[in-house]
Amino acid sequence: MKIHEYQGKELFRKYGVPTPRGILALSPNEAETAAKELGTSVVVVKSQIHAGGRGKGGGVKLAKSPAEAKDLAKAMLGMKLKTIQTGPEGQTVHKVYIEEGLAIGQELYLGVTLDRASSRVTFMASREGGVEIEEVAEKHPEKILRETVDPAVGFQDFQGRKLAFGLGLSGATVNKFVQFCSALYRMYMETDAALVEINPLVITKDGGVVALDAKVTFDENALYRHKELLEYRDLAEEEPRETQAKEFDLAYIALDGNIGCMVNGAGLAMATMDTIKLVGGNPANFLDVGGGASREKVTAAFKLILADSAVKAVLVNIFGGIMKCDVIAEGIIAAAKEVQLKIPLVVRLEGTNVEKGKELLRNSGLAITPADNLRQAAEKAVAAIK
Amino acid sequence: MSILVNENTKVLCQGITGSAGSFHAKQMLDYGTKLVAGVTPGKGGTDFEGKVPVFNTVADAVKQTGVNTSVIFVPPPFAADSIMEAADAGISLIITITEGIPVNDMVRAKRYLQGKPVRLIGPNCPGVITPGAKCKIGIMPGHIHKPGRIGVVSRSGTLTYEAVHQLTQLGLGQSTAVGIGGDPVNGTDFVDVLRLFNADPETDAVIMIGEIGGSAEEAGAEYIAREFTKPIAGFIAGQSAPPGKRMGHAGAIISGGKGTASEKIKAMEAAGVLMAASPAELGTTLQEALKRGAPKKNR
Repeated sequence: MKIHEYQGKELFRKYGVPTPRGILALSPNEAETAAKELGTSVVVVKSQIHAGGRGKGGGVKLAKSPAEAKDLAKAMLGMKLKTIQTGPEGQTVHKVYIEEGLAIGQELYLGVTLDRASSRVTFMASREGGVEIEEVAEKHPEKILRETVDPAVGFQDFQGRKLAFGLGLSGATVNKFVQFCSALYRMYMETDAALVEINPLVITKDGGVVALDAKVTFDENALYRHKELLEYRDLAEEEPRETQAKEFDLAYIALDGNIGCMVNGAGLAMATMDTIKLVGGNPANFLDVGGGASREKVTAAFKLILADSAVKAVLVNIFGGIMKCDVIAEGIIAAAKEVQLKIPLVVRLEGTNVEKGKELLRNSGLAITPADNLRQAAEKAVAAIK
Repeated sequence: MSILVNENTKVLCQGITGSAGSFHAKQMLDYGTKLVAGVTPGKGGTDFEGKVPVFNTVADAVKQTGVNTSVIFVPPPFAADSIMEAADAGISLIITITEGIPVNDMVRAKRYLQGKPVRLIGPNCPGVITPGAKCKIGIMPGHIHKPGRIGVVSRSGTLTYEAVHQLTQLGLGQSTAVGIGGDPVNGTDFVDVLRLFNADPETDAVIMIGEIGGSAEEAGAEYIAREFTKPIAGFIAGQSAPPGKRMGHAGAIISGGKGTASEKIKAMEAAGVLMAASPAELGTTLQEALKRGAPKKNR
C-alpha cells in the first residue's frame, strides 16, 4: 500500500526521524494560511500524489510569500500532474503540502527495503541525492553504499557510521545520521514497511539531517496487524478497478490493450499476457482468479474485465488442477449469462474432464470459442477482434 | 531415486484441521503419500479421517511418529511461527504452502533457520512431488503426473502444472517436480534445486520456469553455465508486464538492474538453456533440449 509524502512524514516524526515542518492544504486559502503559519521566508508547495518524479513534472515549487503559495496551490490543485511514474494521462492533484524552506547544504539519497538475494532488510545510501537514483544504480553502482541488517539484532550504530563516513559526513552530523537511520529502521520494522525512500535526504547548512522527501509503502500482507495504517489509504489515488478487485480477492492490474484476460495463477496469467503479445495482440489486464475459479469469482472477474470499455474480446485460461474442467465450464457459462457477455469469448481449459468441459461450452448457446492450448487461444482471441 | 522426497518420506501436516489443510491432506493420502501425523495446537489427541493422529506440537509429532518432513497450511499470521517450530523439532524438510506471509516474518524465520540442518521450500508454493514414490506433498493435482526422469523446478504453481501436463502427454514422466514459490523471501532457490537434479542419477533433463523480479534466475543461469551437465529447457513469465507495477524502484536498484524478463532470458540462453517462446511449448522445448544434449561448457 502506498501513502502520501505528508503521511510518511507524519510517521517519521512519530518515530523521531527529523522532517521539515509542514501543513497539509486542500484549498488555495488553506495554503496561504499554512505559509503564514510556517513563517519562513520561503515555503515549498508540494503536490501530493502517489507517484515519484513530482519535481520534474512541475508538482513541487518554491513560494517567496504566502500570496505566492496561494497562487501556486491554485494552479496545482485539480491539475493532472504528469511524471515519469504516472503514465501519460497523469494523476489529479487533490492535496498540496506546504513546507518550510530549509538552508540546504547537501542532498543525499537514503533507501530501506528488502534485499531479495540475502533475504534481509538493506539500507542504501548515495551522495547522488535529488536525482534519479535508478540512473545512478545503473551507471555508477559503486556510488551506492549498502548495509544489510541482521534481523536477530537489528540495525547497529556501526552500520550507520559506515554509511555516514562513506557519504563523506563529519563532525556532529555523523551521530545525527546514525540516529536518523536507527529511527528509520525502527519505523520500517514496526510498521511492516516494504520500502522507505528519502530522496533527497538533506544535510542543512547548520549540520542537521532532515528527510526532505518521504516515499513509504507497506507490505500488504502485514496490514492486518496495522489497522492504524489503513486510515492512510487514499482510494482517490488507486485505480478503481484494482480496488474493486481487492474486494473480490482477485489480483488485477489494468493495462492498455484490448484483450481481457482471466487466468488462474499469477505465473500462468503473466504467461497468457506474454502469449497474446507474442501472436500480435495486446492484453487489457492481468487477472489472477486464484486456484478455486468458482462461479462467484468468475462472475466478479468478468464484471471487472468488462468495466474496461477498451476490451473487445475476453480470453479465459484455466488450468483445472484439483477442480474439474466441467465444473469450471459451468461456472464460466453461468457467469457469462449473468453479465450478458456480448463480445467474443475464447476459453482454454485444461485438466481433468476437459472434454466434458469443452462440450458444455460448445452447447451453451453462447458465442464461446473453445481452444486446445494457450497459443491457439491467444491466436483465436486476436483473430476475433480483427 | 529422486530429489528431496522419496518412499521413506514421512510427512506431518501443520494446520491439518483447517479448510485448506484438511482438503489437501485428504488428497495427499489418496495419492499415496505417507502422511502420518498432523498438528493443530489444542486438538492434540484427536485424529484426521480416522487414521492420522493429530498432535498439539511438532515436537510431540516427531517423538511419537518419527516424521521427517512437514507441509504447512497454517494461515499467514501464524505461518512463520510454524516454520520455526518445525525446525526446532528437528524436521529436515519444511514445505510451506501458505500464501501471504508478511515479508518481515519470513526475514526473521529464515534467519532462525540459518545454521540448522533443515531445508525450507516455499512459502507460497505448490509443494514437491515425486510420482515414482507416490509422494505428493502440496496442492498440485496428482493425476497429471507420471513417474519418469524429467525434473521440473518453478516459481509459479499453475505453470508447473502446465509443464508437467505437457510432459506427461508427450510420454515423459517426472522424477521430481518442485515449486519454489513466488515470494520475495523463500527458503530454496533455483541453484539449490538444480544442484540436486544435477546430482540425481535418475533425472535426465530439467525444465526451469521463472518469472520477473529478483535475480534468482540469473543466479541459476550462472550455476548452469558453471556446473550443470544435463539438457535443460526454460521459460520466463512476465515479458509483457509493465515495469514498476509491482516492484518498487528500490527493488529494481537492489538487484543491480536485474529482474526483467528479457535479461533473465538472455542470461539463461547464454548459459545453454533452451528457452520456450510460450508456455504452450514447454514440453516440446524439453524434447528438443533432450535431442540437443547438455549445455556446452567453455572450460
